[in-house]
Amino acid sequence: MSVDLATVKRVARLARLAVSEEEAQKMVGELNGMLGFVEQLSEVDVKNVEPMTSVTPMVMRKRADVVNDGDKAADIIANAPATTENFFMVPKVVE
Amino acid sequence: MTELTSLTIAEARTKLAAKDISAVELTDAYLSAIEAVNPVINAYVTVTPEKAREMAKASDARIAAGKAGALEGIPLGIKDLFATRDVHTQACSHILDGFKPKYESTVSQNLWDDGAVMLGKLNMDEFAMGSSNESSYYGPVINPWKAEGSNQQLVPGGSSGGSSAAVAAQLCAGATATDTGGSIRQPAAFTGTVGIKPTYGRCSRWGIVAFASSLDQAGPIARDVRDCAILLKSMASVDAKDTTSVDLPVPDYEAAIGQSLKGMKIGIPNEYRVEGMPEEIEKVWQQGMEWLKDAGAEIVNISLPHTKYALPAYYIVAPAEASSNLARYDGVRYGLRVEGKDIVDMYEKTRAAGFGQEVKRRIMIGTYVLSAGYYDAYYLQAQKVRTLIKRDFEIAFANGVDAILTPATPSSAFGIADEDLASDPVKMYLNDIFTVTVNMAGLPGMSVPAGLDHKGLPLGLQLIGKPFEEETLFRTAHVIEQAAGTFSPKKWW
Repeated sequence: MSVDLATVKRVARLARLAVSEEEAQKMVGELNGMLGFVEQLSEVDVKNVEPMTSVTPMVMRKRADVVNDGDKAADIIANAPATTENFFMVPKVVE
Repeated sequence: MTELTSLTIAEARTKLAAKDISAVELTDAYLSAIEAVNPVINAYVTVTPEKAREMAKASDARIAAGKAGALEGIPLGIKDLFATRDVHTQACSHILDGFKPKYESTVSQNLWDDGAVMLGKLNMDEFAMGSSNESSYYGPVINPWKAEGSNQQLVPGGSSGGSSAAVAAQLCAGATATDTGGSIRQPAAFTGTVGIKPTYGRCSRWGIVAFASSLDQAGPIARDVRDCAILLKSMASVDAKDTTSVDLPVPDYEAAIGQSLKGMKIGIPNEYRVEGMPEEIEKVWQQGMEWLKDAGAEIVNISLPHTKYALPAYYIVAPAEASSNLARYDGVRYGLRVEGKDIVDMYEKTRAAGFGQEVKRRIMIGTYVLSAGYYDAYYLQAQKVRTLIKRDFEIAFANGVDAILTPATPSSAFGIADEDLASDPVKMYLNDIFTVTVNMAGLPGMSVPAGLDHKGLPLGLQLIGKPFEEETLFRTAHVIEQAAGTFSPKKWW
């Protein structure tokens, strides 16, 4: 499988990465290089092999369903580029 | 003051306990060394002298009161991937511009709880993606090692290149690091230092900037095997904030050092003899086998048939997880924001300006392999291959092998801005060929210096163990260290 310029632009859009025409062109070659490298995986016989979901066999611990943290609005917004009254500010999303 | 920075953690611990030296003296010695040397090697991206002195003072008070912790007064460097309260935490990326978290990672908190002193944050490849520390927004780190008779600047390995260089140049007593595909072991091998990536789940990942969550593990880089054992004991813990951290007692790793290898079986996987591997690597590997045999271990040949598929499978799994993890950097909650004509334009411009080339490359490949229609062919196939890679190890261990010995890297440290590597990302990825299998299987792996090559540069050997049997690695690595000695660079700076 290989990617073309249109695919690169579509994937960049999915990944929310602005790319210039020149960058997209460059990425076609790079992505195809990587896809060529991983191509060899298709030769492995994986019949009846389960995909790995966890490297260590373990049952996930669950915590009690109770409030154990919070009341930290000032901490949470402390690093935001734009805030007002404990809210994150973003450009208008609804007309 | 220079002699204070040449003390190992174990030596400093003894002198501090005996009150031969004070924690403040020790910390000041490191701060002076950093001031003098860091402008040349760029290992630290931020130094925290006031905080360090304050912590050292508190350590001296606790020592005087007889309440010293296991790492009391020991000055450490922290990789920029670990969240440190109110201190620069950017994974050496521009996208986390100005980020100072309001919380502390569990691993670093464990170190402070045991009395350690923070010197500052260490340089690394951006988001831990790289094998040369050249993808850092803060510029490359210069390896304290140089080839004999050469002035060429070499890389310290990556992604924990700041950690390995700072330890080798004696700009900290020890350092935290993380390893997703080899990021502790490869830089340790390139700098003549010791590094261990423990079993997946041994250290909490809470507060460590996520790269590939099913592969990431924290571990120490230090000057010798004992110092690594001391640090890992403090770093490891079960943590309610990371459900993948394991609820097993943390052993006294130091106690394993010096134990006999008699009756132990060391596996040698034939698949790790790769094409184009320098003869010197083969030689140092043979030497390692001899040392272990002399110490009473039995050397057995084993086969790990899926080894060659580990790297390609990694380059599907790791970017896929990274593309998901890095979706959070959108210019809204923290870090950089570049304004746009609407919110999507803002996201796209922010991410374009904030991420470096290597990170973008991996986000793109990860997004592609997870996108509709390709998931089964790439991601699912890679996760099945991963099961087979792990099974190879399980079979070897079931056949009585206690640990596996391999080279740590396919070469010694290479030059900064190597054109050959820069032109082909896949070539750079081959640096992790011996280490990446261990992450794919979640096993513990350790890199220990074993000698110098013909250029006078360090070479490392890797030991791979059974899950949660880090003690076996410390015991075995110590035998190699005893035979090989320890290695320090000439101070050219």
